[in-house]
This record gives sequence, structure tokens and C-alpha cells, in this order.
Amino acid sequence: MTEHTEDYVRKEARTWLENNWDPNLDLFEWRNKLADSGWGLPNWPSDWYGRDLPVGLVPIVEEEFQRIGALPIPKSGIRMLAAATILNHGTEMHKEKFLRRIVTGEDVWCQLFSEPGSGSDLAGATTKAVMAGNKWVVNGQKVWTTSAHKAHWGLLLARTDMDATKHDGLSYFIIDMKQPGVETQPLKQMNGYASFNQVFLTDAEVLPDFQVAELGDGWKVATTTLMHERRAADSLRAWGQVPNSEGPIYDQERAEIETTMAPYKWYPQRAGRVDLIMQRAKETGAIKDPAVRQEIAKLMTLHKSAEWTARRARSAQEQGKPQGPEGSLGKLAASNVARAAAKVHTMISGADSMLSGDDSPENGTVAEVLISFPASSIAGGTDEIQKNIISERVLDMPKETRFDAGKPFKDIPRNTIS
Amino acid sequence: MKFSFTEEQDEFRSVLRRFLEDKSPSTEVRRLMATADGWEREQWAKINSELGLTAVAIPEAYGGHGFGLSEQCIVLEEMGRSLLCAPYFGSAVLAASAILYAGTEEQKNELLPGIASGSTVATLAFTEENGSWDNSGLTTIFDKSKNEYNITGTKSFVLDGTTADLIIVLARTPNTKKDEGLSLFAVDGQASGLKKEPLKSVDETRKLARIHFDQVPAKLLGVEGNAAGPMKKTMTRSIICLANEMVGGADRLREDALEYVKMRMQFGRSIASFQVTKHKATDMLADVELAKSAAYFAAAAYDEEDDETEEAASIAKAASSEAYMQTAIHSIQMHGGIGFTWDNDTHLWFKRAKSSEVFLGDPAHHHEKMMTIWDA
Repeated sequence: MTEHTEDYVRKEARTWLENNWDPNLDLFEWRNKLADSGWGLPNWPSDWYGRDLPVGLVPIVEEEFQRIGALPIPKSGIRMLAAATILNHGTEMHKEKFLRRIVTGEDVWCQLFSEPGSGSDLAGATTKAVMAGNKWVVNGQKVWTTSAHKAHWGLLLARTDMDATKHDGLSYFIIDMKQPGVETQPLKQMNGYASFNQVFLTDAEVLPDFQVAELGDGWKVATTTLMHERRAADSLRAWGQVPNSEGPIYDQERAEIETTMAPYKWYPQRAGRVDLIMQRAKETGAIKDPAVRQEIAKLMTLHKSAEWTARRARSAQEQGKPQGPEGSLGKLAASNVARAAAKVHTMISGADSMLSGDDSPENGTVAEVLISFPASSIAGGTDEIQKNIISERVLDMPKETRFDAGKPFKDIPRNTIS
Repeated sequence: MKFSFTEEQDEFRSVLRRFLEDKSPSTEVRRLMATADGWEREQWAKINSELGLTAVAIPEAYGGHGFGLSEQCIVLEEMGRSLLCAPYFGSAVLAASAILYAGTEEQKNELLPGIASGSTVATLAFTEENGSWDNSGLTTIFDKSKNEYNITGTKSFVLDGTTADLIIVLARTPNTKKDEGLSLFAVDGQASGLKKEPLKSVDETRKLARIHFDQVPAKLLGVEGNAAGPMKKTMTRSIICLANEMVGGADRLREDALEYVKMRMQFGRSIASFQVTKHKATDMLADVELAKSAAYFAAAAYDEEDDETEEAASIAKAASSEAYMQTAIHSIQMHGGIGFTWDNDTHLWFKRAKSSEVFLGDPAHHHEKMMTIWDA
């Protein structure tokens, strides 16, 4: 039997788990065992807490974890983006210093990319890093930073050369978040949650060793981080399902999940809570109103078509077909569903739509839908940018004219209000 | 549920697409739509015999190829795309389904092989002048003397009603209501007492007729008074077929409009470079692809006898109706002035979009149907 067959991997994982899994262990003790054995992230390199397994075999290992009830490494959150970035572009020192505590979850990470002046145009970042003496000194403002207030380390995209072109003047750093020059403030959203932070960098310092990749390669490295962002978002949802088992290690894990997931509590509401529509229409009696019935059916038609489009894309992918246009429409469809759902929830709830908190139907859930959905067509890429991308990549239409290429960044028009 | 086309299905589709592009260019569509019948027997026989289109979904026992609805829907999507002028929908979809679901073994053996080979062109006369797509508005009656049946009443919106060789008719026992007392009958297209009037239709590629029945002799299909069930199945199946035909037409319109804007230059630039045009083209893609998913899903659900089939059919019809019409409106807009001229082809599909939007029930009708299922 060779090392990379399903049966072999399954047997090996099972044996190891049977000998090592113990629900009475401390959570971090257990994760350290996973780091040492490589079973926590088996597709990682064997030099760095993994076992060099092909990604395709990871589900086999996951099945064995589930079978025995062992807790996996949470493959989610910004720290996994940090891990992917460091594995791809980091130095030996970075790997030595950061990876283990990423695996064990002891360090919290955040991503310092977006700025008030650069949202969709991420490469327009103006936060500056200047070499002064023997270290980088950073000044600027970042925004939409999840977990910044708890973070030990930040992934920082900063401008190191105003004379270079926009993309070539950026560099990538790992910044210590627990220093005087880093101030974080919660960013309160219109729905009352503060899921993100603003980060003010005032003469914050970065040692030269903490630069990732070459000077001017910041955009390239950031692309790696962003590529993993969507995947991390998917696994975040999966992580939410904690085993119901009793024991201190499970309690520890549940507490960690609770804290990590807190900023995302309103995400289902942002998506429109289509699942509540029929139940609400029946209990309010709105189901009898022909106008409401029409709107519900329109919403469900959109919702189901979007769901079936995602299934169609998945089926094609499983068959090994090249991705068709159906694979790129999910995010746009989700925005449309969220918008339509908010409208229908309003029709169903009538005057109650004016109420909030526990005065609002479903203990505030309906109110939360009504004031959260606008984020769905903006967060993670606005509908407008999505449409540009789809029209250019899928429909092969002309690219947008650029006014920021081929000249020094300092000469590119920027916001007049900073 | 299996929800992706197999290699064989993809291959079938591409053969069919090339074939129909060759046999049904818009010049041919325009030639046939200008005729009173809207299709030609000899030309249709030639097209049909090469690929056995009418036989696709009829069981092998009755002279067909025995494929599923998913395969027949590939045929319909490609026909919708090329706007083929042929008596297919009334015969191989509506009438064939009604016979299959209502007929006795003997009747299926007698009637289906002709439809499968294409030698018989059949249609289904169920809608009346009130335009109701369910049985509530049905007034055509039959009477029976010595086991001979006669039909009296008026049917309308009958596909290829003036040219069909065989007319399957839905009629009721006098003084019954809604789904009660319904029976399906086979009537010879040349029977005495039939008066066939062509209707002037917006969509000239699909001919409609009003048919008056005055004591027309008819053969009962299956069991008397028992047609509500078979009709329901026939409708579900036909709605799914129409949805698939519609997404084919919508996709064709979308592609043509896209090609046009890429070629058209104004103000010294391609109009495809305007962001409004790019965003509109993306919206069109999303509309059509989502409707396609619904149409494909409904066909797969039907083949697998999924519990969700009926609602999926209504979702597919509502989604494809909205998508086709919206795509047609956008397509004309993207063409600018030339888009609403007779010489430009867009209006041919626009008119099909309009007739298909209401045929077998408009979106509002299907919205109500799905709500009735969910609110049960």
C-alpha cells in the first residue's frame, strides 16, 4: 500500500487518533499534539505542522476526526489567511515564529488592507511605511478590520514608494498590533453591531525582518491573501457546528467559537432570512393577501433559481467540466435575493416593520433583516465591481479605461476629502 | 438529484444546434412564418426524420426512442434558440403527453407511433376563449349515445389547430364543474362538424386557431370522467418543456445583443465599453442563467419523480417568462433604433417571448400555483 491511498491514510489517521485523542486534554495541549503530529492540517508541508497529503485526501482525515469526536484545527478566520500567506511568501523566520501559534490558535490575526480612501480600489492604499533608522515607521488609517482589537498581529499593506506606479509601490508587512502606535476603534454599523474596527497607525513600527517578500511586491502577496479569503469565509460557516459532546475541551472550543463568531451573528439576516418567509406569512395572516402571495412567489422563484444555479455549478465542477457562466453569478444573485427578501418581510410584517429589538417580530430578527441587507451588495466586492468583472471575464467585453496605470502613484488623482 | 448534463447529452445538444442553425436560419423562419400554415409538411418531415425529434421522449413500446424529459428539453431549448417553425410543441409535447397519460394501452399503440414518426401531426385543444389555463373555465361538453361520443363547444388558442391531423380535446360531462367530469377525446382533424379558424397571432412563428365543435364525433381516451389527473400531468410536463424552449430563445437573444454591442461603434468607441452596457449585459446573463437552472432542475425533477416537480415546473415557467421577456426588451434597447425595425431579427424572438410569457400561464398564474402548493 502506498502512502497516499485513501485506505492507508484512513487507517493511519484512525490509529493516531485512537492513541492520542483524549477529551480530557486542555484545548491548546490537544492542538499542540496536532501541530506536532501534522494531523491537524495534513495537507500542509511536513516541515511545518502538516503531512504533505494531497488536498483531496483531507476529507478522509476529517471523517476520522468526526468518527471519534476529536476536535479539528479551526481552518477559518484571518489567522488561516496569515498562514497561507506566510507559507507562500514568508521567510524561515516568519514560519518559525508564527505558524505554530496560528495552528494552536494562540495568536489572533487581522488584515489591514482596506482604507477609508480605498475600498473596491484596494491597491490605492495610501498608508505609508517609511524606513527611518533601522525600522519601518507606518502612518495611515485602515478600516473594516475584523478582530483588530484582539489581534496580536496584523497583515499590513502599505505604500513604500510614492514614485512607483500604483501596484508597484506597495509592500507587505507583519505588524505587531500590541504597540503604542496602533489604536483601534470599533466601527459601528447601521444595524448597531460593531463587527469591524478602524485602525489608526501613528508612527507604528515594523522591524525590517517583518517585511514579507520583496519591497514593491505587496500587491502580489495581498492577492494570495485575498484568494484564500473566500475559502476561509466558507469554512467559517462549517466551523460553527460544534459537537454536542460534554467535557471541558468541548466547552473551551465552544467558548472560542462563540467569541470568533460574534461579529458574524447578523450575517444570516444580511442575506434576507428567506427561510422565515412562509412561516411569518402564515402566522401573520399575510398569506391571504394576493399581493403578498405574488411577492413571496417572486422571491422564492429568485431564491430557488439561485440555489439551483449554485448546484448546477457544483455538479459541473464535480464532473470536471470547465466553469460555465453559472459559476460566477452567485454573489450577484445573493444581493438580489437579500433585497427582495427585505421587501417581502416588510410586506408581511406591516406596521411591525417600524419596530426594533424585542418589540420587532422574531425577537428582533425581522428588524435586523430590514437594516442589514444593504451590506450584502457591498461587502466582499460591490455588485458594480462584480458586474465589471463578469462582463470583462465571462462576456469578454472591453475593460474599463484606467486612469491610474503607467504613472507615479503621487500623480494619480485621489479623494479630495481624506 | 443528478443535475448536470452528461457528455452524451452535451454532444446531442451540439449536433442539434449545428443542425438547426443550418436548417432554420432566420431567413427560413421569416419565409415559413409568412405562410398561412406556418410550417411545411415536406420540409418538416425531412428535418424530423434526420434526428427523430418527435420520437425522442415517446416510449420505445410506442415507436419512440424512450428518452427522458431532460433529453426532450434539450430538443426544445435548441428549437427555442433557432425559432424553428414546426408543429412540434402541440404534437410531441401536448398531445403526446395527453395520450400517454390518459390513453389505454390499445389507444397508445394506435396513436403514438404516428406522432413519434412525425407522420401524424397532433395537437391538444383544451383552452377556451376565456383564456383560462386551468379547468375552471372549461365549457365544452360531450354527450354519449350508444357508446358514441360527440363534442360541442369552442376551443381557442389551439397550437397548429388548422393544420393538425389529430386533435386531442378536453371536454366535460354537462353540468359538472372544475376538475369533475373531465374526459379527453381523440378527434380526426377532418371530422364533420369541425370549423377551424386561424387566429391572427403576434408571434407569427407559432400559429393559433379557434376551433368550433358542433356534435363532432370523438373517441374517448381512457376512462370517462377521469381526465383531471392525466391533464394535470400533461400540463406539468408541457410547462417544463415550454420553460426550456424559452431559455433557449432568451440565450440566443442575449448572445446576439452582446455580439451587436461589441461590434457597434459610437463616439469613437465600442458601445460595449460603456459601463451601463456592461452591467446590462451582466444582468441579462444572470437572468437567463438563473432561469436555465430552474428549467433544467424542473426537467430533472420530473424524470426522477421528485416531490418538488410541480412547484419546480411553476418556478421554471415564472422564471423563464420573466427572463425571456426582459432579455427581449433589453436586446431591442441594446440594438438602438435598428432594434425595433422589421428587418432586424430581434422582434421575431421578442414576439415569441411575448406569446410564451402567457401560453400555459403567465408568471402571476404560476406564482399563485406555487403558493397554493406551499400554503396547503
